[in-house]
Amino acid sequence: MSFFEIESLRPLIIIAGIPVLIMLSIAVKRNHLFTFWLSLIGLCAAFIFILRTVPLAPIQVKTIIIVDSFSLFYIGLLAASVFFVFLLSFNYINKQDHNREEFYILIFLALLGSSVMASSNHFVSLFLGLEILSVSLYGLISFIQVKDNSLEAGIKYLILASVSSAFLLFGMALIYAVYGRMDFPGLAEALKLNGITPVSLAGFALIIVGVGFKLALVPFHMWTPDIYQAASAPVSGFIATVSKGGMFAVLLRFYTELNGHQYKSLTLLFSILAIASMLTGNLLALLQNNVKRILAYSSISHFGYILVAFLAGGKMGIESSTFYLAAYFVTILGSFGIVSVLSDYDNEAELIDNYQGLFWKRPLLSIVFTAMLFSLAGIPLTAGFIGKYYVLAAGVNSSLWLLVIVLAGASVIGLYYYLRIVVSMFSQSSSLQNQSNLKFTLSGTAALGLLTVLVILFGVYPSGLIEVIQTLAKNFISY
Amino acid sequence: MILAWLIIILMLGGILAWITGRINPLFARWISLVSIFIDSIIVIKIWIDYKQQINLTASPSWFIEINSKWVPQFGINFHLALDGLSLILVALTVFLGLLSVLISWKEINERVGFFHFNLLWILAGIIGVFTASDLFLFYFFWEVMLIPMYFLIGIWGHENRIYASYKFFIFTQASGLLMLLAILGLYFIHGSQTGIYTFEYMQLLGTKINPSTAFFLMLGFLIAFVVKLPAVPFHSWLPDAHTEAPTAGSVILAGLLLKTGAYGILRFVIPFFPDASKDFQTVAFILGAAGILYGAMLAFAQTDLKRLVAYSSVSHMGFVLLGAFSFNQLSLQGTVIQLVAHGISTGALFILAGMLQERIHTRDINVMGGLWSKVPFMGGMGLLFALASLGLPGLVNFIAEFLILSGAYQANIVLTGIAALGLIASTIYSLRIVQKVFYGSPVKEWPIPDLNAREILIMGALTVVVVWLGLFPQHVLDISKSSVKKILNSIGKTEVLDNNHNKLEEITLGK
Repeated sequence: MSFFEIESLRPLIIIAGIPVLIMLSIAVKRNHLFTFWLSLIGLCAAFIFILRTVPLAPIQVKTIIIVDSFSLFYIGLLAASVFFVFLLSFNYINKQDHNREEFYILIFLALLGSSVMASSNHFVSLFLGLEILSVSLYGLISFIQVKDNSLEAGIKYLILASVSSAFLLFGMALIYAVYGRMDFPGLAEALKLNGITPVSLAGFALIIVGVGFKLALVPFHMWTPDIYQAASAPVSGFIATVSKGGMFAVLLRFYTELNGHQYKSLTLLFSILAIASMLTGNLLALLQNNVKRILAYSSISHFGYILVAFLAGGKMGIESSTFYLAAYFVTILGSFGIVSVLSDYDNEAELIDNYQGLFWKRPLLSIVFTAMLFSLAGIPLTAGFIGKYYVLAAGVNSSLWLLVIVLAGASVIGLYYYLRIVVSMFSQSSSLQNQSNLKFTLSGTAALGLLTVLVILFGVYPSGLIEVIQTLAKNFISY
Repeated sequence: MILAWLIIILMLGGILAWITGRINPLFARWISLVSIFIDSIIVIKIWIDYKQQINLTASPSWFIEINSKWVPQFGINFHLALDGLSLILVALTVFLGLLSVLISWKEINERVGFFHFNLLWILAGIIGVFTASDLFLFYFFWEVMLIPMYFLIGIWGHENRIYASYKFFIFTQASGLLMLLAILGLYFIHGSQTGIYTFEYMQLLGTKINPSTAFFLMLGFLIAFVVKLPAVPFHSWLPDAHTEAPTAGSVILAGLLLKTGAYGILRFVIPFFPDASKDFQTVAFILGAAGILYGAMLAFAQTDLKRLVAYSSVSHMGFVLLGAFSFNQLSLQGTVIQLVAHGISTGALFILAGMLQERIHTRDINVMGGLWSKVPFMGGMGLLFALASLGLPGLVNFIAEFLILSGAYQANIVLTGIAALGLIASTIYSLRIVQKVFYGSPVKEWPIPDLNAREILIMGALTVVVVWLGLFPQHVLDISKSSVKKILNSIGKTEVLDNNHNKLEEITLGK
């Protein structure tokens, strides 16, 4: 491995190195505050090196890792999400009386897995990244054990995730059996030469099962509401962003590089998943009374929306799905942020009833939540609006009329349950007595403030982010 | 830049009102009043400039505009522009805006700051809708005005407010999304033809679209606008929203929000899709006539005063559909007048209903009656605006309906004949209001005061406008002339213009 290659891997090396440092510091003396700051500084360092690596890109490191502006952007996005997760979870972890520092190790490992996926163009690195991510998630989901069902949720995720990994692995094996290649560029060539055979189609389908599980697409979504509900709010936010983001990045790269859009069978498969996710997610969310479950179902439908952009393909498809993902990350972190700020260590504010009359007690907080919900619903002045506009534009541009109309219909259904939370916050009667003495931590407030600024900024002045995404999409398409 | 200031002043005023309203509600009220007042002065100045200019030059494309880049990657500009049609509607907006603050002075006592924030932001959004000359910006403002309206209904509304606010929001959102799809369709068709991807109104105007696509795109726009208007199968959100909203909300809904639908038809549907619109004429006429009669019939059946007025709106807005799709100068000018007339007269009736409710805490007309002797002044006002609403000559509604019907007559005699029956129906329901509320023997002894100075000021302003425009509609017709010409140009009806125009002046000036 040349020095040049190592230089380009610096972001990943830092992300991998911080947990080692934390472990060493634990060996010397446990100190939560120190670990917290070490993690934040580590993330900032990773961020700086991401920026410094941009001019070097693209670099293929051996055959399995590619560092280009696309992967760097996604790693940056994931790292930024983790930054917010740390800020939001500080209070939770601080109240736990044992093993606080391991939380940060697990998060960093999950981030590493996700980042490896974002920069993989080979089945081996894909699977490696996926497993690093999943194994850390098993621990994270049941990390805060106050709730009765968190251990159950962890085990549930363990079993389902292992099964889906097995599917993925089997799919990869079938594809390898047909084409004899495991790196994406090689696969693309072989696919162009041989076309899709029945066996490789089965392989692709199995891969889609594995991918669909991680992205919580219908019908592989069953785990999502339970896990989101059982995990603590910041961890749910983490699952909704980091674990899905890495998988989506690699899917986008895989599909674009293989030029999957020209194969009708694959397009059909993804279209079915997209429509099912948009409709099922939104319809099932209507029945929920638990904010975290609503957010879980809403995240299912949002990945349906992203699939529409993904299916639109081309430069516009990459741009719009990436923009939507970024907007969605900010918004969903904000939403889970609200839940975690309002929650106590052992008493989470997860029912809609907990939010009744919030506006009259804590106007600022409820305005922030309203902004987040409006962003999820795609209403102007928020990032979600530009995101939805972008996705619709990509869909219309590729004449995916059915998908686009389903998207519009589904988001109207979605509006209903977002409004339910908003209405409850603005209604007069209040049941917030138990929380009136809740003190906000500085870290949580800072995170929410930043996220709100981002949601509004991307909604009112999106050109900056769009410009970055457009350059990365151009680079990505051009080779 | 002056157009941007119209919006910025309202938005800043809103934020300021919210912040200071926490200290003292009176600050919020005064700040709102002052910021809308500043806007009115600006509008009056523009109006005077415009009047001077129409005599000098022949219809310039936009009178004033501001154009700066917003999202250059998509060809989205922050482009506000104003012509005669926009100017009239912006003027109506600030006028009703001022009244809305005044009528809320005593009615709203909770969360006053936030109320005025919402009020001013709705007005800002509406002015944005009326002046946006970039389709993306238009859609943006279209949505922006809905959110504060939703809060206005949902927080300060009456008993059934939650249901009404849901219904309002979901109806308008769903139809808005269809419009967004249509806008995007237009954007990409234009882009693929010319290689310029832009949302600029003027550039998109000449886009050649094949007829079947044009029809679907037109439907996308039209559905959004007829839901707002509302035309009959899509009207069911309106009675709920109007009835449950606080008085200021009802006034803004009826006086301004419905106008955005009409404005959209005049500004976008007809110029963008002239051929598709012509094909759609008969359907639009049927919808319009159905709206006029059905609305009137339902209005007659109501016992809730606000609901009654709400259904009368459905009836009045049927005329707009009729006028817009007649494609001649008479009816288009009539449509513009109708927008103003309906805004004033229905606004006034909602204000009266609000004043009554404030005094006797009910909107049920069966328990009213015989109020004339107690509140003669209010009774007189009620009679005046009921007469305006039924189209009494001398008041502005008459001019509007007369122009529309005489224009529509040239397009479709049978349906116009049916629509004209609406005039009889409107007489019945309008007189029923006066009959039930003010005449007859009292059902209950209500100890109520007559109008106070503030209320007299409100009603007086409305009266002046309704009479003044009823006698001198030419003031408005002059302003809207060039816009109407533009619409007619876009559907290729230039040749008969002057001929028609002479006829119009004869009618309106009584030559």
